[in-house]
Amino acid sequence: MILTLLRVALINLRRDRVVQAMAFLLPIVFFSIFAVVFGSQGRDTTSRVRVALVDEDGSPGSARLVAALGKETGLRVRTTAPPVGAPPKSPQLPLDRMRALALVRDGDLPVAIVIPRGYGAGFGRFDSTGAVIQLLADKSDPVAPQIVAGLLQKVAMTAAPDLMARQGLGLFEKYGGPLTAQQRQAMENWSRVMNGGASREGAPAESTRGARPSTPPAPEPPSQVGSAFQVRIVDVLGEKKANPIVAFYAAGIAVMFLLFSASGAGGSLLDEVESGTLERLLTSNASMGTVLAGKWLYITLFGVFQITVMFIWGMLAFKLDLLHHVPGFLVMTFFTAAAAAGFGLVLATLCKSRQQLGGLSTILILTQSALGGSMFPRFLMPESVRRIGNFTFNAHALDGYQAVFWRDAPVTALWPQVGVLAGLTVVFLIIARLLARRWETI
Amino acid sequence: MNVLTVADARKSFDSIRALDGASLELREGEMLGLLGPNGAGKTTLVRAIAGRARLDAGSIDLFGQRLTTGGGGREKLGVVPQEIALYPLLTARENLVTWGRLHGVPAADLASRVDFALRWSALTDRARDPIRTFSGGMKRRLNIACGILHKPRVVLLDEPTAGVDPQSRERIYDMLAALRDAGVSVLMTTHQLEEAEARCQRIVIIDHGRVIASGTVNELVEQTIGAQRRVTLALDRPPRNPLPGFEVGDSSTILRTQVRDVAGELPTLLGVVGDAGCKVLDVEVRSPSLQAVFLHLTGRDLRE
Repeated sequence: MILTLLRVALINLRRDRVVQAMAFLLPIVFFSIFAVVFGSQGRDTTSRVRVALVDEDGSPGSARLVAALGKETGLRVRTTAPPVGAPPKSPQLPLDRMRALALVRDGDLPVAIVIPRGYGAGFGRFDSTGAVIQLLADKSDPVAPQIVAGLLQKVAMTAAPDLMARQGLGLFEKYGGPLTAQQRQAMENWSRVMNGGASREGAPAESTRGARPSTPPAPEPPSQVGSAFQVRIVDVLGEKKANPIVAFYAAGIAVMFLLFSASGAGGSLLDEVESGTLERLLTSNASMGTVLAGKWLYITLFGVFQITVMFIWGMLAFKLDLLHHVPGFLVMTFFTAAAAAGFGLVLATLCKSRQQLGGLSTILILTQSALGGSMFPRFLMPESVRRIGNFTFNAHALDGYQAVFWRDAPVTALWPQVGVLAGLTVVFLIIARLLARRWETI
Repeated sequence: MNVLTVADARKSFDSIRALDGASLELREGEMLGLLGPNGAGKTTLVRAIAGRARLDAGSIDLFGQRLTTGGGGREKLGVVPQEIALYPLLTARENLVTWGRLHGVPAADLASRVDFALRWSALTDRARDPIRTFSGGMKRRLNIACGILHKPRVVLLDEPTAGVDPQSRERIYDMLAALRDAGVSVLMTTHQLEEAEARCQRIVIIDHGRVIASGTVNELVEQTIGAQRRVTLALDRPPRNPLPGFEVGDSSTILRTQVRDVAGELPTLLGVVGDAGCKVLDVEVRSPSLQAVFLHLTGRDLRE
């Protein structure tokens, strides 16, 4: 008797591809995503941190630091940019502090390194009177400033060992008495060797790369990294924000569940097919286009309401600053919901049954949410995974919410995200309309 | 006057010919039963008339106007699907309002049309209840009511009494009779042959995509198995010798035969039995049924 029931269950499993996919494919996909994202920490595949670099000092010492940072494999250094307000393809000019600040504020880069005047002269003074290097940071990515601070310490120390030795000996002479002529000559010889060594040190090396991820994070500002120079991390965006990370998670979770509810609501189309109401609708004055438009409008409004409820809860329970971002929030929410509605209709028109829709939507939405940043921030991901994430719905929606709540971007600055979401909406609706032809006149 | 004419309708799905030259006429104010085994082409024909299936060849005219798929001209047509095509979480009234709007009932007339439909389907008392709480018969009645809100002159019904109890069935036929009395023409597919025989003025039998017989029940009987009545006699004891013209039934005291003229031939039969020394306990005279005609025309092989 039991074996008979077992046999029935096994036959059902063998013939139910949705259950097979949910049981075996989805866990493997998820395991792979998490393994790629978190398993690569500490390996060479960790993404390079993009930084803007401003040399206000212009000294030989700062030039050596700039050169060494440029060769640092953990960083992707940018030293030029078009003037503020100019089109992206305008001639590039060397970065100054204001332009670098604008790049960080606009979200083009997470960190800008500003080497101030007097850095070269004060480098290696162990009495903490040297110039302070500033890291202008966008702390929506809390990892990047810490990595840059650590790398900066390593690069600065290894880029100019001769200068450090010279400064150290100066302090020694100040407090311990002058060196002899023989000692001074020996020091000069070592300095030349160290100077040459510094050049080699700047080149990519296993030890350099291996040290990067385990570099201890820099202290919060003001901080003194080592004792040869000081680094201050300046949060250029989030100083006044009550609970900034809440906005990120509110958007991430809201978008993921929006996709679930959109696909579920899109599934009502399959219910209508099954119950015969779609057939009946199509014998009335309603066309298939009308039916789809009605569904899309409903799912969009439902999504707007759903996200709004979520953000209001964030405001009430977690001090999310919704009231000062209402226009941007509404624009992003409408276009996000509109695109999600289109996505839900594509899934519904693609599937033959509710069961199939449930399986496919779970796989697609969870995968998309993981890659697109709804589950964990994309700055944690390797560059290759991040590039794949650019093809997900979530990534663009989350970028938009990030711009609204983190960068205080005006509505007009949301055009890249809105453009992508609006484009996706149109594409989704066209695909859904084409797929829905199977229910039309035969 | 023909309100609906289907001529030489042809429709194939890949290698399967669903309609293979089907033709029929629906007359004004009549109820026409469209019968046929499963897969005979009934539903395809109804869908083609409703504009949901595109004919490969042939034509459909409604009140003299040629209908095309996706084109207009179906405002006078009401379609009631076999499925309970309603929204289960909506109340009866909400369903009626919804389908009324979708069929273009003017807003000014909508409330009165909905009230009429509720009365017509005997659902006024349940107007505010979600229909998921309704019995099968109530849902069927509402299903039909939603198809007539826009005052169609021709109504197509696909299996309108499937799965309902005798009481609801009676009510549904009363509703259809009221429609017919108002001059509406009704084309109805059904597998309930006795009901079709009793309720429909004419019958069309379709098989393999072709109309194989049409007319009144009597005409169909004449065309097929003839008009002979079947006579069954129950006797007090078996006759000693076989009686000429009779066949023995399920038991030896049951005799069967057929007569064309009941009044003229029945006394003679009774006399033959009496002469054989048997006493007649019961007599049953049956007309040829539509079922007999149907099986005669379509055979007894299963259609699956």
